[in-house]
Amino acid sequence: MIAFLLAQTIAITGGTVYPVSGPKLEHATVLIQGGKITAVGTSVTIPADATRIDATGKWVTPGLIDGAGQMGLVEIGAVPGTREASYQGEAIAAAFNVGEGINPASTLIPVTRIQGVTTALAAPGGHLVSGQAVLIDLDGATIEQMIVKSPVAMLADLSENGKDEAGNSRAGVGLKLRQLFRDALEYERRKTDFSRAQMQPLSASAANLEALLPVLHGQLPLIAIANRTSDIRTALRLAREFKLKLIIAGAQEGWAVAAEIAAAGVPVLVEPLDNIPSFDALGVRYENAGVLAKAGVKVGLLETDTHNARNLRQQAGNAVSYGMSWDQALRAVTLSPAEIFGVADRYGSLEAGKVADVVVWSGDPFEFTTTVEHVFIRGREVPLRSRQTELFERYKTLPPKY
Amino acid sequence: MRTTTFSLLLASLAAACASAGARPAQQAAPAPAAAQAVAPKAAAETTSVDRPQYPSTYRRHANPPVLIRNATIMTATGQEIAGGSILLRDGRIVAVGTSVQAPADAVVVDGTGKYVTPGLIDAHSHLGVYAAPGTDAESDGNEATRPVTAEVWAEHSFWPQDPQIPLAIAGGITTIQALPGSANLIGGRSAILKLIPARTVQEMKFPGAHYGMKMACGENPKRVYGNRGGPQTRMGNMAGYRAAYIGAEEYRRRWDKWNANHTGDPPSRDLKNESLAEVLRGNIFVQNHCYRADEMAQMLDLGREFGFKIRAFHHGVEAYKIADLLAAAGTGAAVWADWWGFKEEAMDGIPENAALLQQAGVRLNIHSDSPSGIQRLNQEAAKAMYAGIRGGIPVTRDQALRWITFNPAWALGLDSIIGTLEPGKMADVVVWSADPFSVYAKALQVYNDGWLVYDRNDPTHQPRTDFELGQVPAPGSDR
Repeated sequence: MIAFLLAQTIAITGGTVYPVSGPKLEHATVLIQGGKITAVGTSVTIPADATRIDATGKWVTPGLIDGAGQMGLVEIGAVPGTREASYQGEAIAAAFNVGEGINPASTLIPVTRIQGVTTALAAPGGHLVSGQAVLIDLDGATIEQMIVKSPVAMLADLSENGKDEAGNSRAGVGLKLRQLFRDALEYERRKTDFSRAQMQPLSASAANLEALLPVLHGQLPLIAIANRTSDIRTALRLAREFKLKLIIAGAQEGWAVAAEIAAAGVPVLVEPLDNIPSFDALGVRYENAGVLAKAGVKVGLLETDTHNARNLRQQAGNAVSYGMSWDQALRAVTLSPAEIFGVADRYGSLEAGKVADVVVWSGDPFEFTTTVEHVFIRGREVPLRSRQTELFERYKTLPPKY
Repeated sequence: MRTTTFSLLLASLAAACASAGARPAQQAAPAPAAAQAVAPKAAAETTSVDRPQYPSTYRRHANPPVLIRNATIMTATGQEIAGGSILLRDGRIVAVGTSVQAPADAVVVDGTGKYVTPGLIDAHSHLGVYAAPGTDAESDGNEATRPVTAEVWAEHSFWPQDPQIPLAIAGGITTIQALPGSANLIGGRSAILKLIPARTVQEMKFPGAHYGMKMACGENPKRVYGNRGGPQTRMGNMAGYRAAYIGAEEYRRRWDKWNANHTGDPPSRDLKNESLAEVLRGNIFVQNHCYRADEMAQMLDLGREFGFKIRAFHHGVEAYKIADLLAAAGTGAAVWADWWGFKEEAMDGIPENAALLQQAGVRLNIHSDSPSGIQRLNQEAAKAMYAGIRGGIPVTRDQALRWITFNPAWALGLDSIIGTLEPGKMADVVVWSADPFSVYAKALQVYNDGWLVYDRNDPTHQPRTDFELGQVPAPGSDR
């Protein structure tokens, strides 16, 4: 069955196509074969056996990517038995990869993808070093089928929350992380001594130190949650010192240090509708994403509420209201997060050779009037059904039909 | 003429508001005279019951007349007037239409390409009681020391310097109901407030508004008290409400008797029962946090047992399952557009909830329960409207606008005063940059009782709280 579906040829014809990697194309075709996009353009030859989807008057974009949240790792927020994102008991949980905790049968997955979000981060949380995030497509019967990349990044928390496990001081966060990074490098140099217990104890277990090595070799990005300007600067400083491939997440006061972030070439993940001041970031404001983008920072937009990851569209629309261009905002929910997570060779744009995560919209994806008409994930058209559509069908006339 | 009637109504309500709960709030005689009556006579002859109880000191801000011309006026009364004008004077809407003349002294606002709506009303907010920056020091929303705390009043927690207030104003909000939290079965009185810059909550209290009584079903009271003496179960919750109202019935009887003849010593005051007796008299509206359909049905029965009507179920994520029961009971619903899944009783939330309630004839409003969501109630209403339309439910733009204007006004008992753009109503008005149901629309101007409390293009009309001074960058400082 899967092989049959993957082999399917689908031609989405006549729509206004937003490849993101290039200018929009009117009356264009997106051709999907074997789960990949094989052609995009205005003069694509459509194979005779292709299933045609008429997208005349519609908008066609890459599937949206939410670079935040715990998709598959949480079912009901208040029910601990359904939460898998936090590895209890260790402040340094670098070896903890959330992948195996993902529930492919989660009801959140269909709810999210039928609103055009096809790919999402599943991230660990709750600690100074929380572990490894994975990127997943929102379709698949098994974890293996869903994984886009694992691990995609290591998570560290440089916000107010992180210091709980670092002596309750922001200065302790830097102290702890530097010690940890030096220990990991020391461990790498002296693995034999370590295993023979011929070394002073290090600040984390061998498994956790080992897991940090790809980060310290610049192979695996470090997502540092940092909101206050001083914490953002700490993250930039650590990245310089240890030559880390840094991604800043949250970045609530990022607008105030946008030039520094841009100069460091560090991308950021921000939630546009985040503007409630706390002592972690009194300067948080709606204009953040727009100011960062204008300064030349690569921006990925987030909806951090996993249950409502579908509202990534609304986040992007509001980012436009507060200073991003529309094109920047579309890129910030497609190609930019793909680049930030190191999967832009396969994801984020409509180009031949890329994985066929494609959405057909009735209009502007960010507008409330717009309906999602078709969603393709890895070339398979997913049914526009979820537990919520079933509830609606049951109760749309009363009494309900059982 | 209309204006005269209106001011009389306000005066009588203001008097009612000032009376103690031991006596019924609604005095039969309207009158400026009633306002005099609350002033203490000789102190020795009166007791606390006879004196003012935390009265509103709200005063309208003096302003020149304002004419907004050539805009799309969305009245929330079924009309959308293209190329329309609206005249505000002395805190009232004076005229709405296509040929409204500007008085000589009017400030004229060019509304070309703009949209005008009534001020938005959030029937469920915790602004001021759960203030930013969100520390324990400002966590003043739940008196989670006993499951029934009908004696507490949200206004006694409310902090007017909450920096979330200007954010909500900039989102077009002009009136809120600030509620106690949902830890308790009966959590205390809500505060109905004009959302304006102020030093004291008294200056914000909506004159004449009915207090709400916060009640909560389901998981929250169970969770908070399960290991602290109960209730531990939903049946325990029900027993708790019933015991409280049985006590209030007795209290009400004692006081009503004494109020009738004033013979002998007055009964002793009890703040809890004073508030609950006012619920029984219909003067305080029950605002009931309740997610599940089956529990809402139980609560309707509770109301029948004690002879009060639940004004609205708040957070009713399953309200659509019993929309017919709510419509028959005349009980409203306050819902989110799309929140779901954060706890078990929220698992069955669907985006068509609001539309299904509308279809059944329920008076529903879209509420925020959130300092973030309150800044874009228009967007939340838009999501809920279009979700319904996609599902084949014919929701009109006017109905969706009423979800965030007239209907929450009704839930607070203020629908004769605010919630629509009609002559005689309070001049709570928002000018939008575009169709307010577009994601790209922003509130440009917000008038509260005729006072321009917010102007996106004028820094002198962008109020900032004391909290923000010197520590939160001013708007525009990034550009």
